[in-house]
Amino acid sequence: MMEEVKEVTPNLSVSCHNINVTDVVKDGETLTFVVVSKKLSGTGEYHVDRTYDDFEWLQQHLFAQEDEPGIQGVIFPPLPVKAHVNPSVKAIKQLGFLGIDQWEPYRVAMETYLRQVASHAILSKNKAVEIFLTSSDPPGRQKARKNIFNRLSQAMEELRKESHKDVDDFFQTERDHNLTLTGYTKTAAERFLDVVLTEQKIAVAFTHFSTALHLCVEPGEDPDKEAFSKVCVKLSEVFDTMKTSITSVAENNLSTLGLGLDMDSRYQEAEKEMLFRRTCKLVELEAASRNAERAKPGKKAAVAVLLC
Amino acid sequence: MATSSERSPPPFPDSEEQDVLFTEDVVAQDSDEDEGEEFFATASNESLLTELDTTLPSPTLSSGVLTEPPSDLIEPLSEPLILIDPIIKPLSEPLSEPLSAPLIEPAIETLGEPFSTPLSAPLSAPLMEPAIKPAIKPLDEPLSAPLIEPLSAPLIAPRSVPPIEPAIEPLSEPLSAALIEPTIEPLSEPLIDPTIEPATSQTESSPISEVVSELSDDFVDLTNSEVSAVESATAEAEKDTTEISLDDPSDDFVEILGSETESHQEEVVANSAAVEATPEESGATSGIKNPPSDDRTGSDLKQEVKEVPSVPIIDISSDLSALITKDLPVSGKVPDPLDDLLSEAPPPDVKVPATRPPAQPPIDLFDDEDNDLFMEAKQTTSVKQPQKNLFGEPDEDIFGEPLGAFAKKADQAIKREKEETVPAKGGNDWSAASGPLDGGIKLGDSADIFTEEAITSTPSVPTINTVNVKTNGVHSEEEADIFAEATVELSLDSPRNERKKNATAAPSAPAAASTSATTVAATAAAASTSASAGSSTASSSSSASLTKIQPASALEELEEEEEDDKFDIGVLVTDPEKIGDGMNAYMAYKVATQTTLPMFRSKTFKVMRRFSDFLGLFEKLNEKHGPSGCIVPPPPEKSILGMTKVKVGKDDPSAVDFVERRRGALERYLQRVVAHPSLLQDPDVREFLERDELPRAVSTQALSGAGFLKMLNKATDAVSKMTIKMNESDVWFEEKLQEVESADQQYRKLHALVESLVGHRKELSLNTASFAKSVAMLGSAEDNTALSRALSQLAEVEDKMEQLHQDQAANDTFNFSELIADYIRLLGAVRGSFDQRMKAWQRWQDAQTVLQKKRETEAKLLWANKPEKLQQAKDEISEWEAKVTQYEREFDRVSATVRKEVLRFEKEKTRNFKKQIMKYLESMLQSQQQLIKYWEAFLPEAKAIA
Repeated sequence: MMEEVKEVTPNLSVSCHNINVTDVVKDGETLTFVVVSKKLSGTGEYHVDRTYDDFEWLQQHLFAQEDEPGIQGVIFPPLPVKAHVNPSVKAIKQLGFLGIDQWEPYRVAMETYLRQVASHAILSKNKAVEIFLTSSDPPGRQKARKNIFNRLSQAMEELRKESHKDVDDFFQTERDHNLTLTGYTKTAAERFLDVVLTEQKIAVAFTHFSTALHLCVEPGEDPDKEAFSKVCVKLSEVFDTMKTSITSVAENNLSTLGLGLDMDSRYQEAEKEMLFRRTCKLVELEAASRNAERAKPGKKAAVAVLLC
Repeated sequence: MATSSERSPPPFPDSEEQDVLFTEDVVAQDSDEDEGEEFFATASNESLLTELDTTLPSPTLSSGVLTEPPSDLIEPLSEPLILIDPIIKPLSEPLSEPLSAPLIEPAIETLGEPFSTPLSAPLSAPLMEPAIKPAIKPLDEPLSAPLIEPLSAPLIAPRSVPPIEPAIEPLSEPLSAALIEPTIEPLSEPLIDPTIEPATSQTESSPISEVVSELSDDFVDLTNSEVSAVESATAEAEKDTTEISLDDPSDDFVEILGSETESHQEEVVANSAAVEATPEESGATSGIKNPPSDDRTGSDLKQEVKEVPSVPIIDISSDLSALITKDLPVSGKVPDPLDDLLSEAPPPDVKVPATRPPAQPPIDLFDDEDNDLFMEAKQTTSVKQPQKNLFGEPDEDIFGEPLGAFAKKADQAIKREKEETVPAKGGNDWSAASGPLDGGIKLGDSADIFTEEAITSTPSVPTINTVNVKTNGVHSEEEADIFAEATVELSLDSPRNERKKNATAAPSAPAAASTSATTVAATAAAASTSASAGSSTASSSSSASLTKIQPASALEELEEEEEDDKFDIGVLVTDPEKIGDGMNAYMAYKVATQTTLPMFRSKTFKVMRRFSDFLGLFEKLNEKHGPSGCIVPPPPEKSILGMTKVKVGKDDPSAVDFVERRRGALERYLQRVVAHPSLLQDPDVREFLERDELPRAVSTQALSGAGFLKMLNKATDAVSKMTIKMNESDVWFEEKLQEVESADQQYRKLHALVESLVGHRKELSLNTASFAKSVAMLGSAEDNTALSRALSQLAEVEDKMEQLHQDQAANDTFNFSELIADYIRLLGAVRGSFDQRMKAWQRWQDAQTVLQKKRETEAKLLWANKPEKLQQAKDEISEWEAKVTQYEREFDRVSATVRKEVLRFEKEKTRNFKKQIMKYLESMLQSQQQLIKYWEAFLPEAKAIA
């Protein structure tokens, strides 16, 4: 399902494995990502600041490689949804795992995205990638032109063409499979997100409990009171430790299975999009064939029979 | 002797003087404390008032009789009513004769001065009276010893019926059987119709019998006289009260005897009850005021009163005997009886020690008292020494000593009462008695006492012994002890020269005052007083100050001792069971008790109880123990919502959870109840645990009319709480209250946090479950077999996780959340006890305000010179004084209980928290380990994905 990772191509001046998004800086209303990449030649590093707009620009450029043959069949590495500095509840929900924990997961997701793009056999050839990684000027501040992947129209078409039966069994099963997997992965990711969120809540509850226990300490020299206070303090420490534990559990869950599921789910989406693009082509082809048949009235019936 | 009769006229003035003194004392007492008021209040409260009227005339007659020679004496005796006035008069007479005026004065002074509290006054008064009576009798009539003996005997007799026989024996020797019989009869019939029996006796015996009857009558009269006193001049009233005090002792004795039969524990427990009962009984006797307080605290007052009368009598008798040669013969006869006497006399002492040891082992609580007793005993010894000195000067000393003795005795009396009550009758043998004493059970003081007694018996002239014997025989064992002490003192004194009479008197007085003052923690106070007395007889003030400080420490000690006392009883609430259908359904729980306590019929028993029974139990307990400041563990609240869920939903998990929670809460509730030393003794608790069928608890329905009333009461309580502005005098309570308040807040916060934690855990468990499900589906959809396998394994692991989380949530709930919820409820109960204390304080303050008003009106009346209304005003004042005293004492008692309970509560709290937290941590550790195990098992699967 994932796109096959191919050998790094030399058309990129940086090592695709050494692309790092080292920092996310909150700059007013926008998030700025510091992208650091190691030069293949020598020991230098490229340090560039990129905003989400730049990422989007890159993505659209990748989409827009009309001249590249078979670009439609590529599973584009999924770019995470745009994150806002002060996201609304809905936006957070849309972000899923990426929306929690102070952009750290988001950073990781962006990094993963860049690496996948850079390591992609076809996509890494695009000039835009090089520019994005090395040019000190922010490349994508101007509005990108519309491309074939207009989401709105896509959504409309999707409904129409989703159920279009494929002519090829492989693609048909792949589509079906993709459909179920997408759904499952998404729910699994969501559920797991819930788990992580709850774990974080428990961590918070532990923290509160621990502080509240600290407040329970009663002054006085009475041995009973001292004992009680000691119990409270110790218990508070215990809860503090538990908090640390569950926090790291949540963190680990997030950074491992959580992000994995998230990416998987996005990749499933991407694959679905790819398959959809193919379906679209198929539909276009069928339509064209039909039109051609219509142009030949004598064989119209036969073509129709054949196609249907 | 004849002079005494002649001097009868002077007595009046003396008596008047005394009266004046008494009045002063009374006033002082009133001002100082409310106890004095109780006399009047109690007197007024009872029907005695009516009787008093009738009695009043008689006194005059008796006085007239008294003026007459010996023969007259008999007559007055026959007239019980007269006794009061006559007694006073005779007292003044005899005193003036042998002792001379100074004696009387010092005695009075000591009484009045040292005893700022009314108690001292009544005590002194009774002492004076009895002393006077015997003195007069012997003096007037050459009969001497016999008369005295019967008199003393009857007096004693009503108190202690059993010992009468020995007394009778000595009497019989000198007097003849006839005399003995009458005395016995009156004795056998405590206070009731003594006159009838004496009448049956022959001429010779008749006087004695009369005397006896009179004495018994006197007792009755005393009560009557009290009433009359109230009506009559205050001075008379005071005297009456003193007399009444005598009656009280008798009642107390009887009570004590009855209580003695019971175990110490019961006594202790009963002490409060007995005390209360005694006050009621003695209510008529204003003099009893002291006893009630004493009884409550440690029955010190009663003992004091008893001792006092007995002591004075003895002293007098001894004095008389010494004075009168005739008495000597009696004493000579006594030797034979002496053995009896000795055996008898020692027994009381012995009993005391014997009782002490038992008392200690049985209950730790008692230990404190025992300690106090011991302390008192020490004090008594110290006091005795001064007394002895006093005795050196026969007359004066006697009076002074009695006072001191009273004080000391009062302290000792408490100890004795308890001790004596238990073993009293058992230990007649000297050796046995001495053995226990030597055994170290008793303190050195007790040993000293015995030695002293022994010394007294040996060195002291037979006369003294005889007197003692008589008194001992007549009196109960306790009295015997008292007498023994008194005798000891006398004997010692007689050989020795006078010493610091005043000093002795002063210390004794302060001690008594302190004891009376510290009505709150009578035992503690007694201990303190004893300690103070022992340490510094001279520094009366210091002792007084000490008393207040010491009670706390004493209480704490008690607390600790209590804590150490583990009640061997375990209660489990199991098997919640739904009975009935629909909205009439209810939950029944099996209450299984396992115990080795002897108070239960069997070692294990089970009963079925429904929830409202638990509530009913709490209602009963709270009603009984709540007002005294006891922290009654509260049961879980009635939850209509929860119960409705149970009733409606069959297998609703929340309903199951609710029932389980409630079951746990009920179990802990019961465990707390049985862990409470005084609640465990409650018959309702026993019934609840044991009885198969309980009467259906009413008024526990949340929506019933009773429930509504309860809500209304709570509302009014809350309002009154708002309005009561208590200026807290005790820093301890203020701090504690603040602590409780803040603890309450913190617990509430903690509870909310734990609940949210539990909520989160439950959520986590749910989420994990759904995640597991989706992972399972993902796994099933996955093509890659290894991955699919791993995913389904992961789903399994997550399933187990879910179970773990659920268990953890339950752990949080039952170990923590419920614990804190319990303590929030308990803190409510603690605050309730503080409220009870505040209420008691409020009552006290209200009473004081009223009293103030009454005083003002009295002053106005006085100024306006309206004697007829004045009397009424005075009556009212005395009534309110009594009330104020009573309320103050109640307040003090509640304070002491609250203090004790709070300390206990805190201790329990710490222990409980520790236990629960340990449990919690253990469970958590376990679940974490389980979790690690699961994940470790999963790891190879994940690695196998490849």
